[in-house]
Amino acid sequence: MNQAEFLNIVVPFKDKIFRLAKRLLVSTEEAEDATQEMLLKLWKNKEQIQNYKNVEAFSMTMTKNFCLDKLKSKHAQNLKIVHSNYKDENTSLQKQVELNDSTEWVAKIIEELPHQQKMVIQLRDIEDYDLDEIAKMLEMNNTAVRVTLSRARKTIREQLTNTHSYGVK
Amino acid sequence: MGLNNIEILIEKYENGETTLKEEQQLKDYFSQETVEPHLEVYKPMFQYFLATKQEQFTKDVPLKTKNTYALYKWISVAAVAVLMFGVYIQNTRPSDEIDPVLAQQTMEALSLLSKNFNKGTNSVNLLSSNFSKGAENIAYVGTFGETTNKLLKNN
Repeated sequence: MNQAEFLNIVVPFKDKIFRLAKRLLVSTEEAEDATQEMLLKLWKNKEQIQNYKNVEAFSMTMTKNFCLDKLKSKHAQNLKIVHSNYKDENTSLQKQVELNDSTEWVAKIIEELPHQQKMVIQLRDIEDYDLDEIAKMLEMNNTAVRVTLSRARKTIREQLTNTHSYGVK
Repeated sequence: MGLNNIEILIEKYENGETTLKEEQQLKDYFSQETVEPHLEVYKPMFQYFLATKQEQFTKDVPLKTKNTYALYKWISVAAVAVLMFGVYIQNTRPSDEIDPVLAQQTMEALSLLSKNFNKGTNSVNLLSSNFSKGAENIAYVGTFGETTNKLLKNN
């Protein structure tokens, strides 16, 4: 397999890897590093790629595990991921895609969710994956994914309702 | 799309029971300018989902590093080869230059040296025997001195 063939396989889902990594790691730089790491790993195993049934699902699982490991090691070192770029990044994003205050709130609410819920929301509501695919990627069963998804959606909605009615913007 | 329908979909959505197609309908509905006031709260959610999907990985795909690694590997192999060749050349040069004529001459010179050395050793032996004779004579002189002292005491 040469570079061009490899890129053909990887390009359709590299953004998805990046967005999942960013969902978990929050910081853009960390997510970029993680994505490069994942792509390098895939490139090194390029001979085996043809044997995988679903490279995309495999990559997402790999990304999930990598990011969770990273978070765990950060946590163990008692270091929080510094994301000083948070605000700047958001405003620039805001300009790009015309986000308003409320959507910024959604981002913050999702950030507060447990990892599992974050990932399910990311994979389902943003990347539009099938529940079965998500179950495979996250190594969960179908029902668990559905329950997690429902919980996450309800939490987001409740939190949004709160911020709206109290006007704590 | 009827409002009723959207409300039903929203409920299914919160229970995680909507299909991808139904969720797309919801996304379409909430990307409108105006939605029903009691559904307003869902609008930022769906807008955020749609907006986030636009974000892209802008860095290069880092595949070239692999090739430079290979290049470095071969450069180091070449460097080691050159080094080994140099060491080989250095070691073999002296043994190449053993000249039989020169070796013969050296042998002759060495044997000449050893002959003369033996002569020197003989004369040194001679010297040492003469020296011991002298030492004996000196011992006689010592005895003479003793006798002289005795004579002096007796007087």
